[in-house]
Amino acid sequence: MHMITRYRRRLIPAALAALAMGSPPAALAQDLPGGVLTVAMTVSDVPDWAGMPDQGFEGHRFVGYSLYEGLVSWDLSTSDQEVDIIPGLAEAWSIDPENPSRWIFDLREGVSFHDGCAWNAEAAVWNYQRLIDESHPGFNQVDFARARSRTSTIAEVELIDDMTFALHTTDVESLFPYNLVYVLMVSPCAYEAAGNDRAAYAATPSGTGPYVFGSAVPGERLELLRNDAYWNPDRIPQHERLVLLPMPEATTRAAALLSGQVDFVEAPSPDMIPALEGAGMTVVLNEYPHYWPYRLNVLEGPFADVRVRQAANYAINRDEMVALLNGTATPAFGAHTTNQRNFGEPYRFSYDPERARALLEEAGCLPCEVTIGISPAGSGQMQPLPMNELMQAHLSAAGFDVTFEVIDWNTMIGVFIRGAVAHPEYDAINFSSASMEPLQFVKSFMKRFQTPGGSNWGGYHHAEAEELMAAALQSFDPAEQDDLIRQAHELVVADAAQIFVVSDLNPRAMAPHVQDFVQAQSWFQDMTPIRVE
Amino acid sequence: MWVYAAKRVLYAIPIAIGVSVICFSLVYLAPGDPIQSLIPPDATAEDIETIRRLYGFDKPLVLQYLDWLARALTGDLGISLQSNRPVIDEVTRALGNTLAIAIAAILAAFVLATILGTLAAFNLGRPIDKIATSISTIGVSVPNYWMGIVLVILFAVQWRLLPATGMGGEGSEHFSWLQWDQARYAILPMVTMAMIPLGVVTRSTRSAVADTLSQDYVQLLRAKGLGEMQVVCHALRNALPQMLAVMGLQLGYLIGGSILIETVFNWPGTGLVMSRAILTRDIPLLQGTILVLALSFVAINLIVDLLQTVIDPRIKRA
Repeated sequence: MHMITRYRRRLIPAALAALAMGSPPAALAQDLPGGVLTVAMTVSDVPDWAGMPDQGFEGHRFVGYSLYEGLVSWDLSTSDQEVDIIPGLAEAWSIDPENPSRWIFDLREGVSFHDGCAWNAEAAVWNYQRLIDESHPGFNQVDFARARSRTSTIAEVELIDDMTFALHTTDVESLFPYNLVYVLMVSPCAYEAAGNDRAAYAATPSGTGPYVFGSAVPGERLELLRNDAYWNPDRIPQHERLVLLPMPEATTRAAALLSGQVDFVEAPSPDMIPALEGAGMTVVLNEYPHYWPYRLNVLEGPFADVRVRQAANYAINRDEMVALLNGTATPAFGAHTTNQRNFGEPYRFSYDPERARALLEEAGCLPCEVTIGISPAGSGQMQPLPMNELMQAHLSAAGFDVTFEVIDWNTMIGVFIRGAVAHPEYDAINFSSASMEPLQFVKSFMKRFQTPGGSNWGGYHHAEAEELMAAALQSFDPAEQDDLIRQAHELVVADAAQIFVVSDLNPRAMAPHVQDFVQAQSWFQDMTPIRVE
Repeated sequence: MWVYAAKRVLYAIPIAIGVSVICFSLVYLAPGDPIQSLIPPDATAEDIETIRRLYGFDKPLVLQYLDWLARALTGDLGISLQSNRPVIDEVTRALGNTLAIAIAAILAAFVLATILGTLAAFNLGRPIDKIATSISTIGVSVPNYWMGIVLVILFAVQWRLLPATGMGGEGSEHFSWLQWDQARYAILPMVTMAMIPLGVVTRSTRSAVADTLSQDYVQLLRAKGLGEMQVVCHALRNALPQMLAVMGLQLGYLIGGSILIETVFNWPGTGLVMSRAILTRDIPLLQGTILVLALSFVAINLIVDLLQTVIDPRIKRA
């Protein structure tokens, strides 16, 4: 087992002093450290830098949140707390007391886009309008498609005054702000100067983020430069340049780090970690909202019976799975990790194959034949083939007869999007999940979010939990929201809604000269505090 | 000669059309939806239809093909679904990057294989023949991605003599074989890539030269008092058409089939682009890459055919 290295971000004394004295952040530029931070990402291409990024959360992590910001941001400043949303380009937001579908945003003063364009309500309206209105001159199908799951409930965009605007939702949706953290603001001036042509805009992209665009070689590298005039002095990058290289092969990333070509690599293979540590590299791990489950088809087949679902959860030896992964995971006992505020105190399924067999016998399903869709690779899927082989061994030992259908990752995405109704051939699918926001949890377990149109693949339904989650969606009191979701989580775990197996610990490796990285408990990370000594 | 060349070019046209039909339809035979990599997992049915319409995937397949073909004839292969960049730019850049090491690899392999194969043929059964045959067997049988990893561990990680990955500190746009700080990035992938052609061409050269040496006219040449070097030249000239054919095929394979090597070295060539297109189900990029690679293969074979006729006019008459 590897030590979990935790860092706390150091405060930047100079920046704080400057703030206290009221100096503009730009005045600090001459005192800022230099250095180039070169990062090997796991993606196969440079994430799109011309607005809404592609390449999943890694695209947001390295490019989206470096160049751009949303109304709402993530607080990624610590490694020992669950990450939640904080004000971003909006200083505050509130629900209209007379209209629970009208969200009012007070925008942050004194912020400019990299090209000097002012951040104000007009810019905010322009950005949201172009994502929902096909007739808007700034509309582009790429950004529309990438933002759609976050903007589909926006009915209207309303300009109130210079620094205030409102978003109207199609229904009462108390968790709506969690959507806005993914919707990134581009400079209307830069976009219009590029003739509203997304490809032309890509040559001079402009956001409000802590980095400005430097240069790019498509498919190979993206170079970002420190934004000396960034509005938040706490997050002015502590290195001069950030170079991002796509490097999908784990062995190649490790070789690049060991040979000194890069300073920081994402997701080293668990097998490589001892070698990297032996060579003096720093390997960091931390919990984050991820879990690796089997999503069960509860509409028909063996998993419609709660006893079979519970049997499967008892059958899994999670500690052995963690050992297989060389300590880069932690046992999962629910859809939230144990340190998330909404984990609660759910029933914990321990490893008990005898009890699993007894439950299968009681359910009249022994041996219990199940067909499970798995993929050989995929985002968040960890090491799917060896892990599924171990799952098969555990389930078989408890009385299951498991048949795997191996399908490629894109086919698996299609199976997930269409749902279990369209794919009754699968009793379960192995499809990992992010549960970083209450909204994601609700979409995974509420019947009304059964796919398509949600993330509840197997049509799961628990009447009491459904009521709790529906109440959470209507409540505007964060404490009450959390309480309702916590209770719902406890219920769906006891009901064995899925087979919860492990959560990834998100390993990263870096050269000894890379200092001050704070690994937040998140899919996203803040690269700005890193110093390259 | 020109008539023969024109005929061969004309023969290539139906092949190119066939290739276009096959590459367009093949990608639709794979399971799944072409837009599924674009839509979020929780997309509603309405959103899915909207996105399908915006990208033009709602039109009948035949119309999509004709539209694609009409644009392809003008050099427009569409826009990549993932990167949102023109496919033609993506593919030509990648093809140039692959050619940079593939041509170097094939030339290095050809020169070395010609020497080894000829030496082996002139020394059949002797130690030098056994050494050449062993090198050839290693080249053909050792998996090149494994060889690549071993070379990286030795030359980049252990000895730090050469870089492990990529195409230069500033990317492919600044790459040049004439500048050592750039060229050194290409050495390990080039050597790895040369291994299979080295093995194949050595075997083929050995066999062709040995076959020529067993001909009566070679005995006559020797009887007339020609030196061994002149005999070698005669033997090589007769073996050259066969060697060229093998080399052309190998170059074609290297251009289109270097996915593993390019992945190991993170070399931004056609293999990496194709792998990316397959993994992200980027259909326009996949179609464009397959089309360009298939046409390159046709073009290389055409050039080899024409070269063969220049070297050996009997081929044209046949």
